[in-house]
Amino acid sequence: MTAILWQLVQVVLALATAPLVTGYVRFVKARLNGRRGPSVLQPYRDLYRLVQKEAVVAHSASWIFHAAPYVVFASAWLAACLIPTFTTNIFLAPAADLIALVALLAVGRFWLALAGMDVGTAFGGIGASREMLIASLAEPAMLMVTFSLSLVSGTTQPAQIIAFVLGGNVGIEVSLGLALAAMVMVAIAENGRIPIDNPSTHLELTMVHEAMVLEYSGRHLAMIEAAAMVKLTLYMALIACLFAPWGMAQPGADFPAIAIGMASFMLKLFVLASGLALFETAIAKMRVFRYADFLGGALLLGLLATIFLYVSEAV
Amino acid sequence: MLQALSYDLAHLIGATVLMAGFGLLYQRRLFAVLNTFSFQALALAAAAAWQAHVQHAPHLYFTAGIALVFKAMIVPFALHWLVERLGIHRTVETALSIGWTMIIGVALVALSILLVLPVTAKAAALTRESLALAMSVVLLGMLMMITRRNAVTQVVGFMALENGLILAAVSAKGMPLVVEISVAFSVLVAMTLFGIFFFRIRERFDSLDLNYIETFRGDRQ
Repeated sequence: MTAILWQLVQVVLALATAPLVTGYVRFVKARLNGRRGPSVLQPYRDLYRLVQKEAVVAHSASWIFHAAPYVVFASAWLAACLIPTFTTNIFLAPAADLIALVALLAVGRFWLALAGMDVGTAFGGIGASREMLIASLAEPAMLMVTFSLSLVSGTTQPAQIIAFVLGGNVGIEVSLGLALAAMVMVAIAENGRIPIDNPSTHLELTMVHEAMVLEYSGRHLAMIEAAAMVKLTLYMALIACLFAPWGMAQPGADFPAIAIGMASFMLKLFVLASGLALFETAIAKMRVFRYADFLGGALLLGLLATIFLYVSEAV
Repeated sequence: MLQALSYDLAHLIGATVLMAGFGLLYQRRLFAVLNTFSFQALALAAAAAWQAHVQHAPHLYFTAGIALVFKAMIVPFALHWLVERLGIHRTVETALSIGWTMIIGVALVALSILLVLPVTAKAAALTRESLALAMSVVLLGMLMMITRRNAVTQVVGFMALENGLILAAVSAKGMPLVVEISVAFSVLVAMTLFGIFFFRIRERFDSLDLNYIETFRGDRQ
């Protein structure tokens, strides 16, 4: 019963915090650049404005173009609901599996790429092809991270991994550090953050995500923007829950424990978002041809994480 | 519990040194390479200091100090100055693409683990893991020397190799200080020598690309 309640809380939480996180990242970046920057609440207003507007659709668009925003948003939201944030006692926890999560995100990505190509503009096509290039390298890296985590804990379910880590069964492992580095690189690539893609550009030949959604407007665009925000928060929640699960409430926890879990989750989001803003300000965008090096590096780090597991296991 | 934590932390610092080794392979710009090397030396100093604390061996603090002062500060600064002086800070020269280099790097790490595991079958897990780490750092340094054409990056590769040796030395218990001092000073001497060589090479061939010397020597027709 409580599991359903906390699941509902998380469903709302996943959607409600996402624009805030994005707004906070933008705000910190603006401040670091010496600008005043818009309010932290600006993404909420943007989404509200877009929902109010009429959706203009190209003549050449098929049903895929209409359906894609909803599929993309639904897959991102569902994925965000699966990841334990403040408590592991959520209704969908048994269904949540890291491999399923990777697949769910791939569904959203696939539809977005289809929609990018559907209208037939050059920008959509170039964005879709680049998105697939990034995905083909980031997905195996993500799976390597999953493998090394599940080799340590013996399961691919985030809730059980958290229970295992919080049970004090894991020390500071070299392979976990490597997996964390790989995971952060994958998260940066998947969310189109700065060394890979610039989220705030609309006029560059190097854009990836924005190139695919260039034809969208109105409520369709609102869906896609919201999906991107949810995805960013989702990856932060995933990193926080897999590598720093401390403070999270366990099943059977009372209300104060849930409150602590909620506060610690907000603190983790705050730290990760600040770190992201700092990193993006400090670093320059990468050339498209170097994506393979960056993501290949993430894949190799994941591989190293698995290799080192065998060194420390073979005691 | 405390013992386990100290081992884990030592390994984590060792892994940081190894990651910096991969960072060296990944970077292409000379200044970025020097900064990464400086970071690696910093991690090495941390590793030595932590071992000094854990093993209650005060002489290792001295090793940490040497790593910190010479390798993390003086050597990178000197090379920085040298690169600026020679005006080669924009050179990007790799003999092999970065992707391939990284793949070979991971293969070398796997190789060093495969080598260390049977050899240290009777040793504690601690020694085994840190030896595997140190050996990987040494091999990555060698790889860096092989895959770079530029003399400065080759020198950095050589010093990364030395970092690996020192990492192995501080991880093993009871290594006398004499060896470390000699290693540290040999690096310093090597750097001075290389500095002189750079100028010589440049005077003769107008470039730091070692390919020119190879053709001069008659290796390549």
